[in-house]
Amino acid sequence: MNVIRFLLQNRTELLESTGQHLWLVGWSTVFAMLIGIPLGILIAHRRQLNQPVLAVANIIQTIPSLALFGFLLPMPWLGERADRLAILALTLYALLPIIRNTYSGIISVDPAVVEAGRGMGLTEAQLLFQVELPLAVSVILSGVRVAVVISVGLATIAAAIGAGGLGEFIFRGLAMIDNRVILAGAIPAAGLALLADLGVGWVERRLRPR
Amino acid sequence: MIEFREVSYSVSGVQVLTGLNLRVAPGETLVLLGRSGSGKTTTLKLVNRLLIQSAGQIMVHGRRNDLVDVIQLRRGIGYVIQEVGLFPHFTVAQNVGLVPKIEGWAEERSRMRVKEMLQLVGLGEEFAARYPRQLSGGQRQRVGVARALAADPAILLMDEPFGALDPLTRDELQREFLSLQQRLQKTVVFVTHDLREALRLGTRIALMEAGKLVTVLTPHEFLKSTDPWASAYVRAFGDGLQSAAIRGVS
Repeated sequence: MNVIRFLLQNRTELLESTGQHLWLVGWSTVFAMLIGIPLGILIAHRRQLNQPVLAVANIIQTIPSLALFGFLLPMPWLGERADRLAILALTLYALLPIIRNTYSGIISVDPAVVEAGRGMGLTEAQLLFQVELPLAVSVILSGVRVAVVISVGLATIAAAIGAGGLGEFIFRGLAMIDNRVILAGAIPAAGLALLADLGVGWVERRLRPR
Repeated sequence: MIEFREVSYSVSGVQVLTGLNLRVAPGETLVLLGRSGSGKTTTLKLVNRLLIQSAGQIMVHGRRNDLVDVIQLRRGIGYVIQEVGLFPHFTVAQNVGLVPKIEGWAEERSRMRVKEMLQLVGLGEEFAARYPRQLSGGQRQRVGVARALAADPAILLMDEPFGALDPLTRDELQREFLSLQQRLQKTVVFVTHDLREALRLGTRIALMEAGKLVTVLTPHEFLKSTDPWASAYVRAFGDGLQSAAIRGVS
C-alpha cells in the first residue's frame, strides 16, 4: 500500500523516469538491430566470420555492466552526455542475442529452398529479402525480444552514470535504505520488461510466415 | 542445345568429374544414370552454374555458359530437385508465379500462366491458394515442375525429381512426365540412379561412374549392351525382379 501511495505521490517524476528509460531502451534496441541484423546475415553467408564475430559479442556480454558504463565514461563526445553513453552500452549488450538469432534463423532455412531459389535465377538480394529473411523473421524477432528484456533491466544501472531512467529510484532507495523507493523503480521496470516482451511477441506473431 | 567440352570439376583436391564430353540435343530427354557419387548431380549443376567447372567449357544455346549473365542463364533453365524446395511461406500460386513476377510479367499474364501451369501438371484451381505444407509429396513435386516450367524455359534440369515419392505416385508422375514431354518437347537433363526410370523416360542414357562418362546409349541399346557397367545395371535390375519372383513362389 505504501508503495502505491508513494508511486502516486511521485507520478510526475515517475512518468519522466519511465520516459527516459524507454528512450534509452528504444534507441539502443534500434541501433542494435541496425548493427546486429546485417552482421548476423553476414556471418550466416560467410561462415568463416561467425566464430570471431560471435566471440566478440560474447566477450562484450561478459563485461559487468557497471564496469562497462565506467569504461565508456572518459570517451570523447559520448562522455559529455550520460544518455549517449548509456545507449551505447545498452546497444553493445543487445548485440549478442540479435546477431546470434539472425545467424541461426538464416542458417536454419532449408538449404533445398535456397538452392531451388538460386537455381530459378533469384539474385542474392532477392533470395535474402524474399526467402531467407521472411523465413527467419520469427527467430530474429525472438532475439530482439530477449535483447529488449535484457535492456530494460540493464537500463536501471544507467542511473549510476546519471543517464536517468527508473534506476534513479532504485539507487535513491538503496541510498535511503527505503524499500518503497526501490520498489517504485523496480516495479515499473519489471512492468516495462513484461510489456516489451508482449509487444515484440505480438509483432513476431504478425510477421511470422503462415 | 547443351554441350560439355572436356569438362572437369574438382573441389578441395577431390576430382569429382573428369574430362566430360557430352551433347544434349534439342527436345531430347538425356538421363544421367549412375550411383551416388558418380558425378551426375555435379554435371547437372554445372549447366546452370550452381557449380563452376575447374576445366573445360559448357555451351548452352550455343554460347559458353560462363560468359552470359548467370541470372538470365538460370531464368532460362527450369530446375527441379528431389526435395522440391518450394518456398514454404508462399502459396502454390506464388511459388509458380515467382519467376514470371521477377521477370516483370504483367499481373494478368502471370495469373493466367499460373493457372495454365497448374492445369498442365494436373492440379485443380483449388490448389492455387494452398501452402506447400498442405500438399502431399506428389502434389508438391507437381508444383515443383509447374514452377520450373512457368517462364517457359527451353531447358529443364531435373535432379531425381521423383526419387522421394512412393512407387505408385512415382509411376503416376513418370507417366505424366512422358505425356508432358511429348507435348512440350523441352530439352531435359534428368538425373536418376534408377534404371527403370532411366529406361522409361530417357531418349538416351548417359551412364556415369566415378566422375567419368562410361557410355551413352538409347534405352534399347542399353538393355543389350555388352559394356560391363551397363550390363551390371541390367543384371542388378533383373536380379531384383528374379529374387522377388522366387520369394513369391516359396
